[in-house]
Amino acid sequence: MSSLNIPIYMDYSATTPVDERVAAKMAECLTNQGHFGNPASRSHPFGWNADELVEQARDNVANLLGANSKEIVWTSGATESDNLAIKGAARFNIKKGKHIVTLKTEHKAVLDTCRQLEREGFEVTYLDPLENGLLDLEVFKAALREDTTVVSIMHVNNEIGVIQDIAAIGKITRERGIIFHVDAAQSPGKVVIDVNEMNVDLMSLCAHKVYGPKGIGALYVRRKPRVRLEAQIHGGGHERGMRSGTLPTHQCVGMGESFRIAQEEMASENERMRVLRDRLWNGFSDMEEIYLNGDLEQRIPGNLNVSFNFVEGESLIMSMKDIAVSSGSACTSASLEPSYVLRAIGRNDELAHSSIRFTIGRFTTEEEVDFTIKQTRQAVEKLRDLSPLWDMHNEGIDMDSVEWAAH
Amino acid sequence: MAYSDKVLDHYENPRNVGVLDKNDPNVGTGMVGAPACGDVMRLQIKVSADGVVEDAKFKTYGCGSAIASSSLVTEMMKGKTLEEVGQIRNKHIADELALPPVKIHCSVLAEDAIAAAIADIKAKRGETDKEAAVAS
Repeated sequence: MSSLNIPIYMDYSATTPVDERVAAKMAECLTNQGHFGNPASRSHPFGWNADELVEQARDNVANLLGANSKEIVWTSGATESDNLAIKGAARFNIKKGKHIVTLKTEHKAVLDTCRQLEREGFEVTYLDPLENGLLDLEVFKAALREDTTVVSIMHVNNEIGVIQDIAAIGKITRERGIIFHVDAAQSPGKVVIDVNEMNVDLMSLCAHKVYGPKGIGALYVRRKPRVRLEAQIHGGGHERGMRSGTLPTHQCVGMGESFRIAQEEMASENERMRVLRDRLWNGFSDMEEIYLNGDLEQRIPGNLNVSFNFVEGESLIMSMKDIAVSSGSACTSASLEPSYVLRAIGRNDELAHSSIRFTIGRFTTEEEVDFTIKQTRQAVEKLRDLSPLWDMHNEGIDMDSVEWAAH
Repeated sequence: MAYSDKVLDHYENPRNVGVLDKNDPNVGTGMVGAPACGDVMRLQIKVSADGVVEDAKFKTYGCGSAIASSSLVTEMMKGKTLEEVGQIRNKHIADELALPPVKIHCSVLAEDAIAAAIADIKAKRGETDKEAAVAS
């Protein structure tokens, strides 16, 4: 209980380590002694064995979604799935209309795909979420048009962890015959998914957020009523022509096993994470000028996104040097833009610059949480002592009344 | 993050953090940047009657290199005349700290803070801006 491994990983929404059980299964599919065959080889047992493993894995993925395994298309990850879903559906249905509806807090894989379609002549409506990060269904309904062919709304937001009401959205899109795509990269093992109850037509998934390997994902493509896509990658006609390319047996097996475990252990794991997350939030909640970003209730248990006002995110991360977290402030990259997700939910630039995303997961311990609370508090205190804004706040100066020399 | 040891040193052990009385006639205050841009620097200098910087203090809201740039600048200024201080350029700061290209703006901000502090003390002493222009 007392061996604390430094640095502490608190960035499970970025990626997760591969579960040992998953890695063991994957390792059986690589070498001469293992199932290395090409799943598409129909003429010998090497191919047949690999194919059987890939199909078992496909079943595991389908089971978690309440789907049929024939509705699962393997891809390289959620980004490819998003591209295939949105471009594929929009282009296939171009004669019906050229209007797409999505949300401003979507992942870049959705937003940039939509931007590309705009360049091709499609029209995209980017909806503002409410302040808690959730989609207002009335605003959503009002945005739908006769020529709307595709709606893309994410299930769980990667930055603030809020859960959209997918079933309510699906009911609306199904009534109007609009194709509904859901980016669910962050959902498996954290929220119950049932593509039929939710009326989802397309769903993007990946393995590496669920203790599976990077480089593998899937797209759920509904068969009844049938959703048709224009393929984006052409070749040998794998995956019923929707995604050509030799299937990576070890990757498929890894994703299948990770989804099997996620489904089996979801209830107990979520309970454990909720306790840890609440412990973390309680460790901060008496601090002055801190803000929780996103709804606390409609949220996955592993996510805590907090703005520590008057402290800049990148320097805060530098001070929390034994803890691996990410910041809503993109100051570390070439752009100095604060998080577009936090801006979209109405946070001002200061709070968006001051945010830290803590995401806990399968291997997080109570000790790690306690250490994180301690080091974060020390870092915030240190930086507030350094911050002219903190001084001004304590003097009662309203920051909005100051004429800043913006640069 | 590819920060140099010098940035890390100034960030871990910032020099001359603090506040001088901004109403003191011998104190010049420069505050530059904006919270919306992710950095605000407040630089203060205490200047003797014969124009020598006797003390310098800063407080900065911003990334690690913004904090390091302002910390370094307080060290560079102490003991120099206003004229010498006015010659400090962002390049000196960026070179000394080996700032990566995306962080050059932090050193520019520090140069702006110096200029603002000098302008403030000169204004307090009724010196014209023409002299400053000639000096630089």
